[in-house]
Amino acid sequence: MKSPLRLERRLTQPKKLNWLVPLISIAAALALGAIVLLLTGKNPLSAYHRILETAFTSKSSFSGTLVSATPLAFTGLCAALTFRAGIINIGGEGQFFMGAVGATLAGLALSGQPTAIIILSMVVMGALFGGLYAVIAGVLKAKFNTNEIITTLMLNYLAGIFLNYLIFGSTSYWRDPQSMGFPTGKQLQPRAFWPSLHIVGFTVPLGFLLATILGMLLWFLYARTRFGYEVNVIADAPSAARYAGMRTRWKIISVMAIAGAVAGFGGASDVGDFRHVLDAKGLQLAGYGYTGIVVAALARYNPVSAVTVAILMGGLTNAGYALQGPNFPSGLVGTLQGLILFTAVAGEVLTRYRIRTQKSGALSEVAA
Amino acid sequence: MSEKIAVRMSGIVKRFPGVIANDGVNFDAREGEVHALLGENGAGKSTLSNILTGLYRPDNGEIELNGESISFSSPRAALNAGIGMVHQHFRLVSSFTVAENVVLGDESTGTFLNAGDVAQKVEELSQRYNLAVDPRARVWQLSVGEQQRVEILKVLYRGARILILDEPTAVLTPQEADALFITLRAMVKEGRTVIFISHKLDEVMAVSDRVTVLRGGRTVGTIETAHSSRRELARLMVGREVVFDRVERKINSSDKETVLRVNAVSALDDRGNKALNDVSLTIKTGEVLGVAGVSGNGQRELAEVIAGMRHASAGTISVNEKEIPNGKVRHAISAGIAHVPEDRLHTGLASSHSIEDNLILKSYRTQPISRYSVLRRKAIQENASQLVEQYDVKTPSTETPVRLLSGGNVQKVLLAREFSANPKVLIAASPTRGLDVGAIENVRSHIVAAADSGVGVLLISEDLEELLSLSDRIVVLYEGRIVGDLPTSSATRESLGLLMGGVALEEHTS
Repeated sequence: MKSPLRLERRLTQPKKLNWLVPLISIAAALALGAIVLLLTGKNPLSAYHRILETAFTSKSSFSGTLVSATPLAFTGLCAALTFRAGIINIGGEGQFFMGAVGATLAGLALSGQPTAIIILSMVVMGALFGGLYAVIAGVLKAKFNTNEIITTLMLNYLAGIFLNYLIFGSTSYWRDPQSMGFPTGKQLQPRAFWPSLHIVGFTVPLGFLLATILGMLLWFLYARTRFGYEVNVIADAPSAARYAGMRTRWKIISVMAIAGAVAGFGGASDVGDFRHVLDAKGLQLAGYGYTGIVVAALARYNPVSAVTVAILMGGLTNAGYALQGPNFPSGLVGTLQGLILFTAVAGEVLTRYRIRTQKSGALSEVAA
Repeated sequence: MSEKIAVRMSGIVKRFPGVIANDGVNFDAREGEVHALLGENGAGKSTLSNILTGLYRPDNGEIELNGESISFSSPRAALNAGIGMVHQHFRLVSSFTVAENVVLGDESTGTFLNAGDVAQKVEELSQRYNLAVDPRARVWQLSVGEQQRVEILKVLYRGARILILDEPTAVLTPQEADALFITLRAMVKEGRTVIFISHKLDEVMAVSDRVTVLRGGRTVGTIETAHSSRRELARLMVGREVVFDRVERKINSSDKETVLRVNAVSALDDRGNKALNDVSLTIKTGEVLGVAGVSGNGQRELAEVIAGMRHASAGTISVNEKEIPNGKVRHAISAGIAHVPEDRLHTGLASSHSIEDNLILKSYRTQPISRYSVLRRKAIQENASQLVEQYDVKTPSTETPVRLLSGGNVQKVLLAREFSANPKVLIAASPTRGLDVGAIENVRSHIVAAADSGVGVLLISEDLEELLSLSDRIVVLYEGRIVGDLPTSSATRESLGLLMGGVALEEHTS
C-alpha cells in the first residue's frame, strides 16, 4: 500500500511544540466535537459559548471549575511523575482512595485539635497512606520486575473494595453508627474543614493552592535536582544508569512512593475541601485517578502543565453539569472529553514525528 | 568478471536540510564484481545506496540499469528491478521462521504460503551460496551472523542481481566475516554484482575487485583493488597521509608501581554461565595492557567486573593495592576507574539526552556540578562548553542530543567525560570499533596520551593491529581464561591468532 503521507521521526523536538501541540489538540477536538454536535442537531457555537461561560468566564463559575480541577491536579501530578520516570502507574485511583481513608482517620481522630493541626495531620496521613499503597506496586516492580500496569490496576479494585468494606461491610471507625438505613461515613467536625481562599474575587480551595505549589516543587525536583536527573536517565537509558552507578530499584520505589503520596494528598484534599466524609460510592464514581492519566498525558508529563491542564479538564466537567439537561445529554460532554484525549494522544505522536508527503520523501535517518 | 556495466549512477546530487550528502557522485559497478564503496562516516555512502534502492530520490543526476535510464519510486520498485539491500540493522520478524521471513513482503506467493516449497528453495539457496542457516529455525534463535544470512537470503530469493551490503561485517566475528566473503565471491561468480559499503580498509582490500572512494559527498576516484594499497586507500579516504605504524610511547613502565590488580576473578554472564574463570592480571602506571580474544570469550564481563557493573563470584580487584568493593560502580568510579564501554550509545551515554547532561553522568553527585542535591545549571554548562572545546566535539550546541552526533563525536564526548575525572585506570572496550579513520586516530592518540600521563590502560579489542600498535603487553582471553600473556615485542598476529583460537602457546612453540 502506498500512501502519499508518511511519518518521519523528528531529530529534535522544538520547544514551542510543548504548548503548540496541546493547543492544536484541543482545537481539533473542538472541531470534531462540532461535527458530533451538528449531527445531533445542536448548535456547536452556542454550546461552546455556554461551555466557556459556565466553566471559565464568570467569576463564580470559574471558582466551580477550580473545585472540579483540584482532585484532577493531584492525580494528574501523580501520573505525570511516574510516567515521566517510565513507570506506567495506573494506580492513582487506588492511591487517592487510600489517601482519603488516611486523611479521614486523622480528621475524625483529631477533631478536638486546632484547625491547622488537623489539616496538617490529614495531609500527612493522606500522603502516608497513598504513598505506602503505591510502594506495594513499586517494590514488586523493583524486586521482581512485575508489570506495574497490572499490579496498580488490581490494587485500584482492591482499594475500592476496601472502601466499601469500611463503610458498608463493617462497623469501622469511619462508618457513622447513627446511619441506619443506608450506611454512610462519619462526618468531619466543621473545624476540620479546609478553608477556601478568596483571591481577587475567586474562591480558591486550599487544596488547589497546595496542588499548584506542589506542582512547582515537583517540577523543580525533576528538572533541577540529582534525584530528577537520575530518574530521567533511568527512564530513557536504563543501561547507562547502571553504568553510572545509579540505584535503579531504589529509584523506582522512591518515585512510586512520591507519586502515591501526591495522589494520597489529593484524597486528603478531597475529604478536607469538599466531601468532609469518607464517601465510598462517590469516590469510586468520580474516577479521578483515571482522568488524572488523561491530564498528565495532555500536560506531556510536565508537573506545572498538569495543574493547568487540570483546570481545563475541571472546566469541561463543570460545564458538563451545567449543560446536561433534557435536550443536552451528559453523554455528549463525555464524548467531548474523549475527543480531547484522542487528539492529545495524536498530538503526542506529532511531537515525535512529522508528516511528510511522499514527494519530498526523505525518510527516517539523516544523511549518513 | 565481464566489462558489462550493471549499474551506473552519474552526477547524483542529494541535499538534506543544511547538508549536501551527495554532491555530484559518479559511480558504476560491473556485472560479476564486488565493488567496494569506501568512505568515512558522513562521506555519503549510505545516501548513495539509499538512492540506488529507491528509498531517497536524487535531487539531480541519473541512474542507468543495464544501460537503460530508470528512476525508482520505492524500495519495492528497486527490488523488482533486481536491486536488493542488506541493511546494517536487520529487518526481521524475530518470532517468524527463517523461511517465513524470507517470503515476507513477497507478493508473488499469493494468499497461501506453501511452507515446504519455501523452505526447500531457501535451503537450495543457502547451500549454493554457503549461507548455512536452518530455514525452519525461528529468527530469535539465531546468532547475529545467521540473521545476516537470512537478510541476504531474502534478497537472493527475490532474484536480486545487484546486492548492496551496508557495513556487513560491523556485527560479525572475524570468522563469520570470512564466511561472508566466500558467499560474496560465490555470488559474483554467477554474474551478480555486489556493492560492498565499508570504511574498513582491510576487508575492502580482501574482498573487492574495484573500489570507489567517497569523501565529503563527492567521488574521489575509482581504482582496481589489485593496483592499490591500504595506504593509498586511506589517503584517498581522509585526504591526507595516515600513520598506521606502532605509536611511539614515552614511558617505559618496567619499574612503575601496580595501579590495577585483578586477582583470581571469576564471574557469570547474563545467562548465569561462567564467563570469567580465575582471571588475574596487573597493570602498572602508564602501561597499556591489551586484551585480545574472539568476541564473547569474557571480554565484556571482564570490563564490567572491573568497572563494578557486575559482581565477581570470586576474586578481588584493587586500585593502587587498595581493594574496591565487589560490584559497586560508585566505588569503582571514586577509586579512579574510567570505563569506555563497547556499547557507547546505550551504556556509555544516555543517547537521547543532551551533551551537557551526558558529560555529568559520573560527576553529577559531586561539587561543583551539584550542591545539596540540587544541580547547578551554570556549572553544567561551563563544564560542557569547556570539554566540547577541549576535545573538539563537532556539534551545533552543547544541548544537542548525543544521538544526533556522528560516531567519532559520540566517542569524543565519552572520552571527554571519562578523562575529565582524572582516572588512574582506563578500561577501553573496542574504543575504535565502527569509527572512521580520522576518528580512530583521534581516539588512539587520546589513549596514548592518557597512558603517557600515567594512567594504566586496559585495552580490550578484536582489532589485532590496534592491540599491537598501542599495547605494551597483550593477554589473550579464551573461554574466560587468560591463555597467554606476552610483551608486544614478542607478539605477532600469528601467535595471537593461535592463542585466540584456543591453541596454547607451549603447544605451538614446542
